[in-house]
Amino acid sequence: MTGFVKRLFSESTLIPVVSILIGLILGAVIMLAGHYNPFLAYGSLFAKAFGDMYNFGETIRQITPYIFTGLAVAFAFRTGLFNIGAEGQFIMGAVAAACVGVLLDAPWFLHVPLALAASALAGGLWGSIVGYLKAARGVHEVITTIMLNWIALHAANYIVRTALLEKGMARSKYIQESAWLSSPGLSELFDHARIHYGVLIALALSVLFYYVLWKTRQGYELRAVGFNPDASEYAGINVKSTFVKTMFISGLFAGVGGACEVMGVFHYQTINAAFPGYGLMGIAVALIGRNTAVGVVLGAVLIGVLTYGASGMKFGAGVPEELIHVVIALVIFFVAAGGMVELLIRRFRKKNGTVH
Amino acid sequence: MQMTIWRRRSWMAIIAAVFALTFVLAGCGKSDNNQNNGGQPPETQGGQQNEQTETGSNETSGGEEKQYYVVMVTDVGGVNDNSFNQSAWEGLQQFESEYGAKVDYLQSQSDADYVPNLNQFVKNGADLTWGIGFLMGDAVKQVADQNPDAKLAIIDQVVDAPNVASVTFKEHEGSYLVGVVAGLMTKTNKIGFVGGMEIPVIKRFEAGFTAGVKAVNPDANVIINYTGAFDAPDQGKAAAATLYNDGADIIFHAAGATGDGVFNEGIERKKAGGDVWVIGVDKDQSITFGHDITLTSMMKRVDQAVVQVSADLVNGRFQPGLTELGLAENGVGLPENNPNVPEDVLKQVDEYAQKIVSGEIVVPSE
Repeated sequence: MTGFVKRLFSESTLIPVVSILIGLILGAVIMLAGHYNPFLAYGSLFAKAFGDMYNFGETIRQITPYIFTGLAVAFAFRTGLFNIGAEGQFIMGAVAAACVGVLLDAPWFLHVPLALAASALAGGLWGSIVGYLKAARGVHEVITTIMLNWIALHAANYIVRTALLEKGMARSKYIQESAWLSSPGLSELFDHARIHYGVLIALALSVLFYYVLWKTRQGYELRAVGFNPDASEYAGINVKSTFVKTMFISGLFAGVGGACEVMGVFHYQTINAAFPGYGLMGIAVALIGRNTAVGVVLGAVLIGVLTYGASGMKFGAGVPEELIHVVIALVIFFVAAGGMVELLIRRFRKKNGTVH
Repeated sequence: MQMTIWRRRSWMAIIAAVFALTFVLAGCGKSDNNQNNGGQPPETQGGQQNEQTETGSNETSGGEEKQYYVVMVTDVGGVNDNSFNQSAWEGLQQFESEYGAKVDYLQSQSDADYVPNLNQFVKNGADLTWGIGFLMGDAVKQVADQNPDAKLAIIDQVVDAPNVASVTFKEHEGSYLVGVVAGLMTKTNKIGFVGGMEIPVIKRFEAGFTAGVKAVNPDANVIINYTGAFDAPDQGKAAAATLYNDGADIIFHAAGATGDGVFNEGIERKKAGGDVWVIGVDKDQSITFGHDITLTSMMKRVDQAVVQVSADLVNGRFQPGLTELGLAENGVGLPENNPNVPEDVLKQVDEYAQKIVSGEIVVPSE
């Protein structure tokens, strides 16, 4: 128990928490400057996110994809790779699930796993292209992931337009009901909110994330490469194949996330004019969560609550929804500028005489 | 000792930095707000002020009559898109001032927001909730089915539900007329069309426009370009640059905020001495972009539709089902003032308009 408490107040936990507080406070200062009432604004934000069963269900719906993409980015980070491509892997997973969901007829106990497997494979392969290019050609993953995001966006639109289009609409046909991840019973419980079983898959994957990285030999190798690729190579780890494996698993997380959006929330895949934004927000989630499984889930909760509650802020206090992006940006800024926050915490501790 | 002094200094520096950052960001936040209101005509400026005066006037006008609560949800374009969503919001504000109703809007950040945003209003007892735009069809249908007692309305899409009023426009008829203008006024015989997403609504613009051009100038060539987005001025600018480089001298856009980029490209070329024009869409866009570049506009009176259907609700005549607004209903057409279009061209436009209204010409819609 004391170990838990100690851990709670260790710097790696405190830094995100303090950063979040600073972000919220600075956000309040900005609201004051704009002649808005920050207490009312934050009050309406949380009222929107947790106020009733419907909104609570929708908040969970909003959190779910962030867990997936957060895991994807965090997993790659552990091997020292910066996966900005969760967005593209997410889209490829979504469109793969849509294909299986629309075109295939199967009973649900086959259909759901098949669609999920297809999306995992699609996302994983999309990610491993990046890993391969890095391993074989030394192309930096930041470049390739960004480029592959755009390719994924337009390739997915092309697939929807040519193979799955509902005539006269800017989206695919509805997927078969046997491939839905949502159930009327669950929705009813949350007053018709679009909460779906994807959230359980997300939590299961975060356990898997922890297990693979810290309980398997493979995970040990992945993390070793993350710490020092040269030393790892010297120690006999195949660094190149590690890159490919990492990116496959990373893409798999994002891909399944995309599938859950299609199978749980919309039941169709839209022709996207722009990125849904879950993959990019996944970077923030991973940063806030410090690349740990629990941290990612908590980071996703934070970002999900803030983004979903934003419209409540507009509704209840008249604060433009865009402001929430400023708050999120501030939080990310202070998490990233951890050194600054660390200094602050140390200073505070010294003053109170608690030296560790 | 030296160390502590240094530490204190760095500590002060951090505080100073944080404060500086706060003020810089505060400045940003403020200008952001101004920007939010700046894009709208004077009478709509300062949503906050409006709200205050509105509640004030309600108190004085006595509380006997029911105050209607009519609201709208935009797609990702937002109410400052200089065209479609803005027109709807202006209509709602006009309704507010005419009927003393309470109005509000929510802007969707992504397509996942459509349903919760609609629900936010419906569950707060809105008398009528508007979904603005084709893309919100599924969301409106879902919310309408789950809340059979609520009244909803949608623009540009037909939703089959007993509590939803659908309003669509015959964009092809109005586009035909601006096509006539473009066909008669082009010097290069090349005319551009920039569309947002390739959806039936925008296809109607394209089909009508092409037909209008061909009717008066069979030699003219209409080059079609779809950007795939309604909220990407950068892509609109790139598309316009391509079309102008191909020799087009007039571009008609039906792309919402993406069209802002078309105008920007046109203005730049005009300043550099180019002989180019842009035909605006949805609103009289010369109000925003000036007469130097705006040849004319294909007005789609989303604002009037919003006022009309909302007023029907107040007058107890709210009718679920489809309303289609064309030239005959004044739902589409050219603005009243077209200083850049010569008299004889306008005369021909009028003649074609009459033929369309009388049914002599049937404009293709796809």
